[in-house]
Amino acid sequence: MSTILEMRSITKEFPGVKALSDVTLTVEQGEIHAICGENGAGKSTLMKVLSGVYPHGTYDGEIVFDGAPAEFGSINDSEQRGIVIIHQELALVPYLSVAENIFLGNETRNRLGMIDWNAANRKAAALLERVGLAENPTVPVGQLGVGKQQLIEIAKALSKEVKLLILDEPTAALNDDDSEHLLELLRQLKAHGITSIIISHKLNEIEEIADRTTIIRDGRTIETIDMSEPGSTQDRIIRGMVGRDLEHRYPERASVVGDEVLRVEHWNVDHPTQIGRQIITDASFNVRAGEVVGIAGLMGAGRTELAMSIFGRTYGRNIRGEIYKDGKPIQIRNVSEAIGHNIAYATEDRKHYGLNLIDDIRHNISAAGLPKLAPRGWVNGNEELRVAEDYRGSLNIKTPNVLVDVGKLSGGNQQKVVLSKWLYTDPDVLILDEPTRGIDVGAKFEIYTIINKMVAAGKAVVVISSELPELLGICDRVYTLAFGRITGELPVAEATQERLMEFMTIERDQPLPTKESAS
Amino acid sequence: MNAIDSVRDILTRNMRQSGIVIAFVAIVVLFAALNPNFLSPTNLTNIVLQYSYILILAIGMVMIIVAGQIDLSVGSVVALTGAVSAVVVVRQGLPWYVGVLAALFVGLLVGIWQGFWVAYVGIPGFIVTLAGMLLFRGLTFLVLDNKSLSPFGGTYYDIANGFLNGLLGGNGFDVFTLVIFGIAVAGYAVSQWRTRQGKIAYQQTVESMPLFVAKLVAVAVVVMWFGYQLSISRGLPIVLIILAVLIIAYTLVTQKSVFGRHVYAVGGNRHAAELSGVKVRKVNFWIFVNMGVLASVAGVVYSSRMNGAQPGAGNMFELDAIAACFIGGASTTGGVGRVGGAMIGGLIMAVMSNGMQLMGVPQSMQQVVKGLVLLLAVAFDIYNKRRASVLR
Repeated sequence: MSTILEMRSITKEFPGVKALSDVTLTVEQGEIHAICGENGAGKSTLMKVLSGVYPHGTYDGEIVFDGAPAEFGSINDSEQRGIVIIHQELALVPYLSVAENIFLGNETRNRLGMIDWNAANRKAAALLERVGLAENPTVPVGQLGVGKQQLIEIAKALSKEVKLLILDEPTAALNDDDSEHLLELLRQLKAHGITSIIISHKLNEIEEIADRTTIIRDGRTIETIDMSEPGSTQDRIIRGMVGRDLEHRYPERASVVGDEVLRVEHWNVDHPTQIGRQIITDASFNVRAGEVVGIAGLMGAGRTELAMSIFGRTYGRNIRGEIYKDGKPIQIRNVSEAIGHNIAYATEDRKHYGLNLIDDIRHNISAAGLPKLAPRGWVNGNEELRVAEDYRGSLNIKTPNVLVDVGKLSGGNQQKVVLSKWLYTDPDVLILDEPTRGIDVGAKFEIYTIINKMVAAGKAVVVISSELPELLGICDRVYTLAFGRITGELPVAEATQERLMEFMTIERDQPLPTKESAS
Repeated sequence: MNAIDSVRDILTRNMRQSGIVIAFVAIVVLFAALNPNFLSPTNLTNIVLQYSYILILAIGMVMIIVAGQIDLSVGSVVALTGAVSAVVVVRQGLPWYVGVLAALFVGLLVGIWQGFWVAYVGIPGFIVTLAGMLLFRGLTFLVLDNKSLSPFGGTYYDIANGFLNGLLGGNGFDVFTLVIFGIAVAGYAVSQWRTRQGKIAYQQTVESMPLFVAKLVAVAVVVMWFGYQLSISRGLPIVLIILAVLIIAYTLVTQKSVFGRHVYAVGGNRHAAELSGVKVRKVNFWIFVNMGVLASVAGVVYSSRMNGAQPGAGNMFELDAIAACFIGGASTTGGVGRVGGAMIGGLIMAVMSNGMQLMGVPQSMQQVVKGLVLLLAVAFDIYNKRRASVLR
């Protein structure tokens, strides 16, 4: 096995911050090499150095790629040499066809300088076959799901005769099936001699697929683990990432469950634009004070739709069903009524639905509870600052002050801002939609600790998640959701990942198991 | 992020605001050096009178832009409201205040009309107001029967051309003007002092006492000098009082009120605002209603200044108002911008037009320079943003 990439003593400084210091990375020809590290550890910066986003000369150290020194001035230079990076946020144009996207910026022209679409579509079809995607190359990309779009990105990379493929969090937005498919594809590419670097927070995937794993912490290389050696487990990686043993990934909690706080019965929701398509069918669930209730479901099961239709009808139409708060029936027609009933919902998509990224931490924290700061319509700015500072302290938001724009924080700290915003509204029920998506192990532990504090204070918490170990680790009770139906309810003591998965895959027309057979 | 970064952050953040102020001061100094008449009392008064209606429009426009919308119709609304007022006062012979009320009422209707289409039908403000620009211009032609209508005369004429003068006498200078400016400075000092005390009570860091006093004295000197210049000229322009009241009121609304906060939230991230309990449609509706009313105030001021209504009045005013907002640091994608910034942006354009007129620069050249200033101001803004993001 020969070395395809060697990055030696890479140091990258921004004014006032040393993002990378003396980082070394060696990747062998034909391997799948994982890079792990907490958010802000420097993984992305390292990949930007490698792909030429930060041009040669703006960093110290040297890169040798494919036997020759690499001094890239731009992304184009690195692509020329066969290095292709696929970012977490996909860079496809939704209105262009699959083939148009694949050859965008790389169009093959005939003698007249025109694009030969027949040839392009034919080549695209061949590339799609290589990535195992049975789609017509003339379909607009926007009509395909995220999983398929990811595969198109890879097809695009293959069209450029890639030697080294870099994937930044490729499975973060994918469901389990699509993730599995993607990983399988990486194995196939490996068999064809294509080297991959994969950045991921999903340690089980890394354990499954990576040949070697390099761990980066605080801008330094900590170690490179050979994954074929015994003892190269997820815990081993975590130890390297956080620099300490995380004995328990989930903090301990003694549950003291009280009275029922929220009950939803016979909840039905239709799709907002496709008439007659039912998204949620006859869903009923409840949550009690001091209790963490999980809702487990695969992507597309209707988890977010269920939560948002309850939270002030922000999703769907023709919503039917009853909501009881503290035993009394209530109506929630919009978000401010939901907040008035002391219900809070923290979205799964912080950046698009949770935060105003171009405003500061202070204003984001006060956004939902503003009436509390403004009894007569005028905001008490000093009190607002004090509130923000309080949450910065109690939730350990890592920032020099609360006047920093939220967009500059890491994912974990952004999530803490979202939680602060909802905690300030003094909710009785908190619905947390994927509260730990895209955040690192250390911050996850902190979020779990915050959840524990909330229930200890007598609040009821609903956690929606697709990470089953997480639900098993923090919940008292778990509901499963499949194709818009609640298909099961298990106390955590009786739940296992396998049993939950069984309930989560009950299809629309299959009968539901009765209570007896469920327990 | 460490301490050095946060200092840098505060600097770059303030760079956008203070950069504009510095540019404004530089332009004033430049023209003062080039032309001795520039800072004369008469000319200073003229600048206020000539550009007051653009500044009034910019107040409403900055809120629209912060919310992520745009209003292209304000020039036509200025014309329409002025025309309605002229019909009431000049043609029908009714008292001046009936004309003012009629104009304000038309402005309100225009705002409700546009707000409805933007907020409740969901058509982008750009389209609604582009349609409005044609629609209200056409209505102006109809109302005026395609002919100018003048003169207003009397009290209506005084709104934009009158001065409060000699109410308390004086010898070569107007005591009343100085008293008003004195009250304004005192009010400013008191509010700054209370803000400072509030911050201390909440244990926030404040600037040192000498620096605080020095800042107050500097502001007081500049303001009182300006007041003195007015007082030895024609006294206190009525329009300046209207403008000052509007600026203070809208600064408070945008920075301190829940409604103002909601405007910024909607412009920064509409979905996040909605999920935080902000009624996005209501916000969009009311900013357009507000813009309609402010455009009618500008319409009254402009028709009064022109002492009549013309079918072509207010042409291109929308572009001056929009330019003032962007020069003043508002973001084209919404969520960022301040009333104070838009006022300075408007004054930069006012001072440049006026200065170039005094120097006899031809109209064509003035347009070229104004265009370049707009471009450079926004380029400077984008350059700053990019630098700030590289610092991350």
